[in-house]
Amino acid sequence: MDRLSNNPDYELLEEDIGTEDEAVYVASQWRLIWWKFRRHRLAVASGIVLLIIYTLAIFCEFISPYDPTARNVMLTHAPPQRLRFVDSEGNFSLRPFVYGYKREIDPNTLRRTYSIDTSQKYPIYFLHRGTPYKFWGVWETDLHLFGVQDGYVHLLGTDRLGRDMLSRILYGARISTSIGLVGVALSFVLGVIIGGFSGYFGGWFDSIVQRLIEILRSIPTIPLWMGLSAALPPHWPQVRVYFGITIILSLIGWTQLARVVRSRFLSLRDEDFVTAARLCGASRFRIVVRHMVPSFLSYIIASITLAIPSMILGETSLSFLGLGLQAPAISWGVLLQEAQNVRTIALSPWLLLPGVMVFITVLAFNFFGDGLRDAADPYAR
Amino acid sequence: MKRESVLLEVKDLVKHFPIRKGFLKRVVGQVKAVDGVSFTIGEGEVLGLVGESGCGKTTVGRCILRAIDPTSGQLVFYSNNGLVDLAALSEDQLRPLRAEMQMIFQDPYSSLNPRMTTKDIIAEPLVCIAGMKKKEAEERVAELMRLVGLRPEYMRRYPHAFSGGQRQRIGIARALALNPRLIVCDESVSALDVSIQAQILNLLQDLQEQLHLTYLFISHDLSVVEHISDRVAVMYVGKLVEVADTEELYSQPRHPYTERLLAAVPVADPKVKRGRHQLKGEVADPANPPPGCLFHPRCSYAQDICAAKQPELQNVGKDGKEHFVACHFARELELQGVQAG
Repeated sequence: MDRLSNNPDYELLEEDIGTEDEAVYVASQWRLIWWKFRRHRLAVASGIVLLIIYTLAIFCEFISPYDPTARNVMLTHAPPQRLRFVDSEGNFSLRPFVYGYKREIDPNTLRRTYSIDTSQKYPIYFLHRGTPYKFWGVWETDLHLFGVQDGYVHLLGTDRLGRDMLSRILYGARISTSIGLVGVALSFVLGVIIGGFSGYFGGWFDSIVQRLIEILRSIPTIPLWMGLSAALPPHWPQVRVYFGITIILSLIGWTQLARVVRSRFLSLRDEDFVTAARLCGASRFRIVVRHMVPSFLSYIIASITLAIPSMILGETSLSFLGLGLQAPAISWGVLLQEAQNVRTIALSPWLLLPGVMVFITVLAFNFFGDGLRDAADPYAR
Repeated sequence: MKRESVLLEVKDLVKHFPIRKGFLKRVVGQVKAVDGVSFTIGEGEVLGLVGESGCGKTTVGRCILRAIDPTSGQLVFYSNNGLVDLAALSEDQLRPLRAEMQMIFQDPYSSLNPRMTTKDIIAEPLVCIAGMKKKEAEERVAELMRLVGLRPEYMRRYPHAFSGGQRQRIGIARALALNPRLIVCDESVSALDVSIQAQILNLLQDLQEQLHLTYLFISHDLSVVEHISDRVAVMYVGKLVEVADTEELYSQPRHPYTERLLAAVPVADPKVKRGRHQLKGEVADPANPPPGCLFHPRCSYAQDICAAKQPELQNVGKDGKEHFVACHFARELELQGVQAG
């Protein structure tokens, strides 16, 4: 009993815990997450890369120098042109230019070879007026980020029909990076709502949902995908068919998130601060919205970020197999489909560039997601 | 102890947790966490509830506040608006009553939502029950923070900025927000450092006197309970085994279990020899309790009757005092207590 009775009166106001760190003490959860995320250099860099990729995808009509379907029959399988500032005579010009190609056909193998023709010099103009297009399908304009007055510029080469690879990759980025977002968003909404109900109320609803999830998760995706692409109306345009498939797949894809949300609800339901909120008279709705959801929202955001690359990879691999998007549509998977044979890889390796884009994007998403996940719980010790 | 009027009457409170097994979740047994507990708490009284871990103390506290729903029994609460049976009310009917009864939790880390500011945490009952506006609530929060010894300027800080003791003060401020009459302190100082424990304990005691609060003080620490309680109830495997005034219970325990608990209290003197009366064995399994007196397998005074018949809680107090004991030999045994400190 000594330790209690000998205790001097506690100070009415406890000693100051240091005002210099006031910013930390009043920092909200999101600010703490941002501070922690900022320290994760790789994730920040990946975030910037993603920002660039999405900017390119959003403004692809403006950035790409050509219409992605425009053919140049005289220039098929042309290798990438190098951007130059110094010409063959050693003259420096601030305006970059490219050299044209001299095409030769081997009379025996009929193989085309291109050699640089220094007599054809095509200076590049910025904010150049080139082929007309409709920006976002709305505004008619012919303004491009760059282009050449006469001649041609193919910084990433051309494909077998002489189409500009750079333009095709940029247009492909738009579809590849966006088509699955709707599917992911749909799985997100379904996952949170169904998982939330299942975890909060439990009982028979929970049992039914859990069995349903087990059934859905045992359906193999690729045969299902094949069946679906055969079942959707054949007169639909390609992109719509694919869009339909991703939506149907997201009706299956919510299961993983639902399980995470359910288990978070189950563990949070018995947390002291949730009990405290109940004893403070908070309604059910208020408990869920103010106390439970904020404490796992950051996890959900991180897991969505990690779900997007798998959807990009899914599009790429299925289109590559001929099950996803098909030829008139342009996506990275479709572009890769054209690089399917050994001859292409041996003779025109630049056709594999869309694969590099997939690689960079997926990697960036994964690093970004990892950083977010690590930062997601600023209270973890 | 002065008992003016009864505030809460617990009658035959029972809480069984079903044990479910297998694919169909069939009930294969019951954990009898609380098995027929009755007691009263007077207005302005501090009732200590002690026992080993797993004996159902916390369950009693949570049932009273309806944080969990009791299996059966009555909880007669003399609220400001008359008599109510808390056990029979729905969640919506309970909400206005929550202003009058609150809880102070054990763990100051998990009981505060880390994603809310101190102001929002303390204002929660003000907003949810009293429906206060922001400005009004903020003034009350500042007042409460001063009351529990925190600077009101800190109200915009998040819980992560505070130490354990300060967090517990926030929890206390939240509990006091709507001037409750009954506060259940569930191991409220157990998770704190010893030095902080004393501070918080003194704060709780001061507040009790100042605001004329009634505490149900749940703890496994007998010295803490002795310090703060007017009356002490001892629990063993879901049942009360002894209830008496603090001084009497500590100096003259009548139940062998109480004696053993008291003997186990550490003494701050290495020369003091430990008595023979150490508590041996494990707490009985509440899912499969022994027949007869629940304590008989561990009791050194046990005789044949103890294994056969369960003793009732009876008043053995002298000179009109109340001293309830559930033991067949309550009147015969000469048990050792401790000198009041």
